[in-house]
This record gives sequence, structure tokens and C-alpha cells, in this order.
Amino acid sequence: MHTDPAAVRKSVRLYVTIGVSLLVFTAITVMANRLHFVVPIAITVAIIIACIKGSMVASVFMHLSHEKKWIYGALLLTIVFFIFLMCIPLFTIMDTIGTPVRATPIEHAGH
Amino acid sequence: MNIPYTVEERPDTGLANGKLGIWLFLASEVMLFGALFSTYIILRVGATEWPHGELNIPLGAINTVILISSSVTMVMAWASLKMNEWGKHRLYLLATFVLAAVFLVNKYFEYSAHFATGEGPWHSTFLAIYFTMTGLHGLHILGGMIVMAYFLGPGAKLWKTNPDQFANRIEYTGLYWHFVDLVWIFLFPVLYLL
Amino acid sequence: MDKSATHHPTVAHPHVEHAHEELGFWRTYVFSVDHKWIGIQYAVTGLLFLLFGFTLMMLMRWQLAYPGRPIPLIGGLFGQDKAPGGIMLPEFYNQLGAMHGTIMVFMGVVPLAVGGFGNFVLPLQIGAPDMAFPKINMMSYWAYFLGGVTMLASFFMPGGAAQSGWTSYPPLSVINQGQQTMWLIGMMFLITSSLLGSLNFITTTVQLRAKGLSWMRLPFFVWAQFVTSFLLLLAFPPLEAAGILQLMDKVAGTSFFMPSGLVVSNRIVTSMTGIAQGSVASGGGNPLLWQHLFWFLAHPEVYVLILPAMGIVSEIIANNTRKPLWGYRALVYSLVFLGFMSFIVWAHHMFMTGMGTTMSAFFQTTTMIISIPSVVILTALLMSLVGASIRFTTPMLFALAFLPMFGIGGLTGLPLGLAPSDIHLHDTYYVIGHFHYVVAPGTIFALFGGVYYWFPKATGRKMNDLLGQLHFWGSLVAINLVFFPMFIEGLAGMNRRMYDGGAQFAHTKSVLYWNVVQGYAAWALGLFQLFFIVNFFMSIKWGKAVDRNPWEATTLEWAAPSPPPHGNFLTEPIAYRAPYEYSVPGAAKDFTPQFEPERA
Repeated sequence: MHTDPAAVRKSVRLYVTIGVSLLVFTAITVMANRLHFVVPIAITVAIIIACIKGSMVASVFMHLSHEKKWIYGALLLTIVFFIFLMCIPLFTIMDTIGTPVRATPIEHAGH
Repeated sequence: MNIPYTVEERPDTGLANGKLGIWLFLASEVMLFGALFSTYIILRVGATEWPHGELNIPLGAINTVILISSSVTMVMAWASLKMNEWGKHRLYLLATFVLAAVFLVNKYFEYSAHFATGEGPWHSTFLAIYFTMTGLHGLHILGGMIVMAYFLGPGAKLWKTNPDQFANRIEYTGLYWHFVDLVWIFLFPVLYLL
Repeated sequence: MDKSATHHPTVAHPHVEHAHEELGFWRTYVFSVDHKWIGIQYAVTGLLFLLFGFTLMMLMRWQLAYPGRPIPLIGGLFGQDKAPGGIMLPEFYNQLGAMHGTIMVFMGVVPLAVGGFGNFVLPLQIGAPDMAFPKINMMSYWAYFLGGVTMLASFFMPGGAAQSGWTSYPPLSVINQGQQTMWLIGMMFLITSSLLGSLNFITTTVQLRAKGLSWMRLPFFVWAQFVTSFLLLLAFPPLEAAGILQLMDKVAGTSFFMPSGLVVSNRIVTSMTGIAQGSVASGGGNPLLWQHLFWFLAHPEVYVLILPAMGIVSEIIANNTRKPLWGYRALVYSLVFLGFMSFIVWAHHMFMTGMGTTMSAFFQTTTMIISIPSVVILTALLMSLVGASIRFTTPMLFALAFLPMFGIGGLTGLPLGLAPSDIHLHDTYYVIGHFHYVVAPGTIFALFGGVYYWFPKATGRKMNDLLGQLHFWGSLVAINLVFFPMFIEGLAGMNRRMYDGGAQFAHTKSVLYWNVVQGYAAWALGLFQLFFIVNFFMSIKWGKAVDRNPWEATTLEWAAPSPPPHGNFLTEPIAYRAPYEYSVPGAAKDFTPQFEPERA
């Protein structure tokens, strides 16, 4: 087993800290939404906060901060293909022949 | 016949079979939800207008809090096994299960509010992707609950005969559960806030 | 990659080894967790689906050769909604086309190549007692089985089976009246099955390799299955997502793939027709999204079809040339590169969708790049033949035929990978000819070779050689007569998916007679498969009994008894050397197995 009881006891405090900071970040992201940034900034802020929260969960709760190389390898491969997958929206709208997909430009953010 | 490395780790990879297996499963889940996020972007970019404020932000925020808390209790359930505290483990696992159930109850209220006004997934592409993504996520919650129920019930017997294997199983359940939490961490801002 | 020799734990297992567990009939033959039996279940089910898919094709070939003529003998069996008076309706033809593709790819070739051969051979070749997760392995088979049942059931439901091709492009797939919903549900089962299978294969290969079996000592077949599993693991989920979205379009009235203002037969269609929802569906979806998500799976899927075949062929060639494979390392690196690249070529299926030149240029470049490792593999296998005294056994004949057949299939793919020529050839019989050359005389021949090659391991008996030779030569001639004329038809401009085989177009008049030739050839091909079927069942009972290593092969599976018992090996297998040590100078015999200890 890669974790002995003593080490686990030490990391319990870390788990609680991470849990609390996740809650704090949740509060921040809801607050940030109240400020009504323009859409691009709002998206950027929200995604950055989500990424911070996500990496905290992954690295601490899922022990990715110290994992074996096979798991890193498999995840690295997944991330590469994930990036290609996230390029699909780009591929569907960029560089089409004829009229653009978006019919009318959005005048203003929000309803 | 025994399969090697179900409990102990293989020296050269440092892994037990289940650890690699669950991570590979999560890798494929990343691709599954990735495709849905990709779809979300395409629909949003292609839409002439995208609705805001259609969802109940407080309820969504509460659900976020619930899932994050359940992630903490889940990891504690595993940690207490490692520290050989069986009673605490039961408590934490039960707490995780209950939190998951509360999450689904909240989700039920959200869904029924939409259906009450006749705004189901057919109403707009936004609600379509909302229902699809949260629905699939909800199914994952349900799946996690079934696994936890198993380890609260008949699966718990393994602790007596093979505590290491039981701790491993709880760890793998935890990895899955944290992943479900992770997905929600992205779903919440993407669907509710933006 | 880890090169160090690996060790089973020296500590005693926590469980006491049960000497011999007697399992009942159900646990032994139906819900078995033994990888060998699951492999056989997969293989037999896969072969049955191949046969079923083949019969669908025979019906289509009749209609193409003699449009509008009643189907002889069995025409009356299909009923009024499919073939009134024995004359095939266009809707029925479309069902046959869609289901032929689906069945052959997802329920025939992949389950046989990966589920069948992978399950049976891979744990044996790496010296493992079983797969890493035997119960998940069993679930994988039963998910596949349920998927197959769902697909078959759709033929008998109102509206018949799915009608929109194996690619199921929306909006057509969403609005047509066939059982597209059943198709999607069936695909969910099949995707689940391959997900469970692939994570099992990867874990098994990483974790359960025998002592001494380092990565560069793995048989090429194991490498092929390993890379294939990664393709299945990471490429299938996007299709699952797309399937969920299309299912929502079908049953929940969403419009993920349904654009606004779509007009079909002078009516505006916003979502699926026929089902009234609470309100009108929204529109605003994107049909191209399906194509991207579909081909994100389906291009890697092409390599899922071909890589295990390459693995099988390599094993057979090394064994029958009595030489090590030429360029083992180059083969492995090409294979890994091929697997990786297969994820970033998908849009070469979509040159006709209005993609601009930048995108086309990117995807045709990656497509040309991916042809390089394929050529490396083919070349290395050809070079393995040079200077060998080849044993022309039945499996070897199939393996040898694979090389030129796959060569034709691959080379005819190049014009399809380049946008300018693809725009001319797209959606013609040329495309059909191309991918059938890859899959039918390519992959399926390799799979037949594999059946002949590993049959003695599975049953302890050899298949009959004479029947095997008849099967081979007959199939080789017939299959080329079916598929080669497709290039001619396609270049003449005959479109695929035409219910009348192109009879309505003036420009294809000059090539229509090929449809009749192909019809006869398809029947001949079917007849020659009878030799295989008879041989298969006859040999189980009356084949020549053999010992554990009848082909004098070197890889680990031949160290186990034939058929291997539960747990596979009588003593723990250890790999002492590289996988293909044939004709080692100075050795007493012309093969030195991996499992044979070094003499002091």
C-alpha cells in the first residue's frame, strides 16, 4: 500500500482544508457572477475558477499529486485526445465554404 | 486460481489491477463528457441568442456545496479505513450516500419546476443540453449510490476477510466519486452561471 | 517503456489455492468468467453475425443485379411491409444496407478480432492465468450479446430496422421511420461492451505479463491488441455521447442535430416528425456535429478493424517463414504511431461537407502521414518473406493473401484522403470497394487465418487442410470478383446506396453488367464458406488430435496444454527471450520458444 496510517493521518487535515477552499471558490464564482462581467470575461473567470477547483480535487482527493507513471501516461494520452475533441467546435465553424454558421451577430450580452 | 495483483501492487508498475482499471474507465468518461462539453460550445456559438438566468442559481450552488462535501466525506471514508477506524468509515460512507441522495432530490425539484412550465428538453437547445448533461451526470450519481449501498450492505463483509482489498475498493469508489464531483464543478458554472 | 524483467510477488498469496472447483453447467458454458471460454463465445457469436451480415448482403446483391425482380425462393417470407410479392421495397433495401454495415463492423469483425482473438490469445501470450477482471470480461460479452439482440429485434418492429446507413447521419436518421431508436440503444450496449473489454485488455497487458516478458519481448499480436484497446477506450465515448444526443433528438424532441427551418417534402421539420411534444422543438442544432463526433470514433474504428488483423498475420508469418519478424521494433513503433495518428484524421471523411481549404489541407496532410506507418508495417511483413522457406499451411495462405489485399485496400484509399480526388470519388462504389478490400479480403482473411492457426490451441485438434485450401482459393477468387469491379463502377460514377444499383442513370449504363457478375461472385463466395463451416464443426469432433505445440511456434500460448485448463499454465511460464526466435544459428531445432530455459 502506498500510504501508511501515519501518512494518512497527516493528510486528513489537508483533505478538510481542500474541502473548505473548494467551498470558498464556489462562493467566489457565484459572487463573480453577480458582478455581470461582459460575457467573454465572465466565461474566462468562471472557467479559471472551475479549473482551479478541478485541479484541487484531482490532485488531492484523487491523489494525482503523487501517482504512478502508468496513470500519468494514460491520462496524458487522454488529455491530448481531449484537446482534439474540444477542437471540434472550432472545426465545425471555422473555414466553411459559403455563409458563416452564425446567422446574425449577437448585439449585446444577456437577455 | 488467483489473478495476481488484485490486492498487492506489481513491483515494476507500482499498481494494483483495480487502480489502473478505474483510471482507464475515468479516462473514457473524460472523453464522454468532453464530447458533451464540445456539443455545448457548438450549440452556444451557433445560437443567435443564448438564454441567461433560466436556472435556479441558489439551488445549483447548494448542490455544488453538497457534492463538494460528499467528496470530502468520501475521501474521509477511505482515510478512516487506512487508520483502521471502522466506525468512522461507516459514518462517512453513509454521509456520502445521504448527500448524494439529497443532491438528487434537489435535482428532482429543479427538473419538475421546468416540466411544470412545459419547458422540457424540447423547448430550446439550451434546455436540451442542460437536461442531457445534468441527466447523464445524475445517472452517474445514481450509479455511485448503488456502489456505495453495496459497500454499506453486503460488500462490507470483505473488511473482515481482506481489509486491504476492501480499502482498495473504497479508494476506487472514491476516485469515481471525485470524478463525478469534478464534472459537476465544471457543469455548474457552464450551465447555471454563464 | 519499462525494460526490466518483471516478477510475480514472491510472497505467498493471501488465499489458499483451491485445488479444483467444480462449476455447474451455467457457470462453465454460459456465464463463464474464463477468458478462453469468453473468447470462444465472442468468436462464435461474431462468426454468426458475420454470416448474418453476409446474407443481408446477398439480398442486396440480388436487388442490385436484377432491380425489381422478385427475390427467388425466400421472397415471400419478408411480408408486405418489406417485400410485397417478393419485390424488395426501397425502405427494406435501406434497412439491409444500414444493418449490413452495422452488423459487420460492430457485431462481426470487431467482436471476433478483439473480443474473440484478444480474449483467447492475449492472456495466453503474456503468460497470465486469466484477464485482470474476469467478471467484467463476462459482462463485456453479455453487453455485446444484448446489443446484438437489440439490433436483430429491430428488424421485426414496426417500421423495420434503421435505414440511414451505418453512419446514421442526421437529419435523415432522426426523421426517417425505421427503428433508429433501437439502433442507438443497441449501440449503447456495444459501446459499453467494448469499453469494459478495452480497459480489461490494457490492465491485463500492463499488469499480468509473465516473468521476463518485457515490453520488447511481447508478441506483435499483443502490441496490436494493446494499441487497439486504447483506440476503443478513448474513441468510443464521443460516439456514445453522440448516440445519447441523437436518442434525445428521437425521443425527447430536442434538436441537437436538427437545424432550424429544415424542409423535407415541402414541410418544415423542426424535430422528429410524428411524435407530438408539449411544444414545437426548438431547432438550432448542427447536423455537422454528428459527423464530427461519429468520425472521431469511426476513423479510429477503422484501425480497430485492421490492427488486430495485422497482429494475427504477423504471428502466422513469423511461424510459417521460420524466421524472426523483419524489423520488430519498427513494427511496434509504427503501430503505436498509427494508433495515435488515427485520432486526428477523422475529417477526411467530410471533405464534401463544405469544409474550407485550410481544414481540408490539414486533414489530408495527417491522412498522408498516417499512410506511412501502414506502409512500414506492410513492408516489414513483406520483407519477412524474403529468403524464407515458407510452409504453405492454410493459415499462412490467408496471411499471405492479406498482404496484397490490404495493399490494394490501402493504396486505393490514398485518392480518397486527398480532397480534390475525393470530391470526384466520394459516395461512389469506389469507396465501397476501397474499404471492403481493407476489411473483407484484408481483415476477415486474417481472421480466418487466425481461426485456422489457433483452432488447435482452443480444441486440441487441427482443422482439415484440404477443406481449408478449398475454402481459401475459392474465397480469394470470388471475393476479388465481388470487390474489384466496384472500383470500375465507382470510377464510372455509380453512386453507393442506390436501390436500383444505378440503373436510373445514363452514365452508369456501361458498367451495370458488373452488378450481375458481382451477384454470381457473391453466391460463389457464400458457397465456399460452406467448406469453412463444415470444417469448423467437423474438426471439433474428428480433427487430427495434436499436442501443445503443433505449429512448432515460439510464443507463450504454446506452452499451455491444448486446450488449456482453467488457469491456463501447469507451471508458471517465464519468458527467456524475444518472441520470434526461429532458425537460430547453432540451435538444435529451427525454433527456440520463449518459454524454453537457456541451456547452461
